[in-house]
Amino acid sequence: MSWEWDVIIEHFPRLLQGAWLTLELVLLSGFAGLMLAIPLALMRVSHRPWLKAIPFGYIFFFRGTPLLIQIFLVYYGASQFEIIKNSALWPILREPYWCAIITFAMHTAAYIAEILRGAIQSIPKGEIEAARALGMSYPLMLRRIILPRAFGIMMPAYGNEVILMLKGSALASTITLLDLTGMARTIIARTYTPLEVFLAAGVIYLIISALIIFLFRYLEKRFNRHQHWPNEKPKDLDPQH
Amino acid sequence: MSDAAIALEINDLHKSYGQLEVLKGISLSAKDGDVISILGSSGSGKSTFLRCLNLLESPSQGQISFAGETLALKPGKDGNLEASNQKQLERMRASIGFVFQNFNLWPHMTIIENIMEAPVHVLKQDKQTAYENAENYLKKVGLLDKKNSYPNQLSGGQQQRIAIARTLAMEPQVLLFDEPTSALDPELVNEVLTVMRDLAAEGRTMLIVTHEMRFARDVSSQVVFLHEGQVEEIGPPEKVFTNPESERCRTFLSSHL
Repeated sequence: MSWEWDVIIEHFPRLLQGAWLTLELVLLSGFAGLMLAIPLALMRVSHRPWLKAIPFGYIFFFRGTPLLIQIFLVYYGASQFEIIKNSALWPILREPYWCAIITFAMHTAAYIAEILRGAIQSIPKGEIEAARALGMSYPLMLRRIILPRAFGIMMPAYGNEVILMLKGSALASTITLLDLTGMARTIIARTYTPLEVFLAAGVIYLIISALIIFLFRYLEKRFNRHQHWPNEKPKDLDPQH
Repeated sequence: MSDAAIALEINDLHKSYGQLEVLKGISLSAKDGDVISILGSSGSGKSTFLRCLNLLESPSQGQISFAGETLALKPGKDGNLEASNQKQLERMRASIGFVFQNFNLWPHMTIIENIMEAPVHVLKQDKQTAYENAENYLKKVGLLDKKNSYPNQLSGGQQQRIAIARTLAMEPQVLLFDEPTSALDPELVNEVLTVMRDLAAEGRTMLIVTHEMRFARDVSSQVVFLHEGQVEEIGPPEKVFTNPESERCRTFLSSHL
């Protein structure tokens, strides 16, 4: 077996281009997904049955079907409808880039909504009662107490979901996008060096994961700074202790 | 005292959980400056009663008036009453302070942020004013040096004093205390009672659900003894503590003093 360093070096800039697209897809859909997840989670914790049903159906569908099917449905499915083709949405929906972002955002929103719902429900009831007793309205409570508390609680699980989306984003390559995976496959088709190029792509995925992990560790510290102060580590959580 | 205005008036308050009737028609009125202690064994409905006053719990029936204004109520879907005017409820809540058994400070905010939160966002005070007020109330409860700490860094007694400061920062006209020392270690109880004694001495209107009999006897203008959701005994502390009419009240007091 011969190992072709030259191929990696020569195509590295193109792999980086692919990595950039991957990063764009993950960050944009991750952010849009979070924005979409907030109303879904809030409806999910509502006491009104009909309001609960909407996110339930949404989450059931997006968690219960493969992301690949979803992305095909949007990319190939949208063009089957004359209404869509004649609508103002068509310039967006005919672009594989936007199809990928929309699908990923809707997919990840289902998961984030469930994570956020769990976080909201784990806020001690008394903290919300205190806000009510001080005369806060529901929107104010949401903005100042419920969501900031919930974000702190959900951060580790949300970070995990973004990493899963990073790897899921490889499916963008199936609808002609030259993300990291798509770019790697294109290069391999030309050079017949699958081992080198896939390995290089894998290493770049690892580096992006590491960046996301660090970003979330930072966010976790910021949101939960009330739980961290110097000289106090939860020692009893350490199994060696 | 007798010509003081009525601060809080409760008329025939009922509360049921399904078949279980917890409050069976309680009427009570508090004049400005009254300190009313509410006693009773557990399950007598005293906490539920207090929580109904600002609708943290929905009463099933009854009327609540605050400073001459009646809280508008309508029947909700679950058979209990709910506020028919959310804005009125929020306005009333803002001027009825409530101190919880478990403090319920917001852990993601510093002490001073906890205190400033409602004055800034509910009363729309400007931040500078709210900050200065918050510092004053912290001084009052003796915890100014903790203003930049987080709640989890404080002891239970300190957290409860902060919770009182947070309530005072709204300049409430009535203060409701729901067993404010029951979650505290015995040696921390007094620091909270001291703060409450000072508030009573200032002439604030207070309703206090408590198990601290000595404290209730010292500070109250009226003592109410609840039994199975009804007022069993009511009167000035000298009378209720030394010569209660009700046999149950006598038994309760003799086992708690």
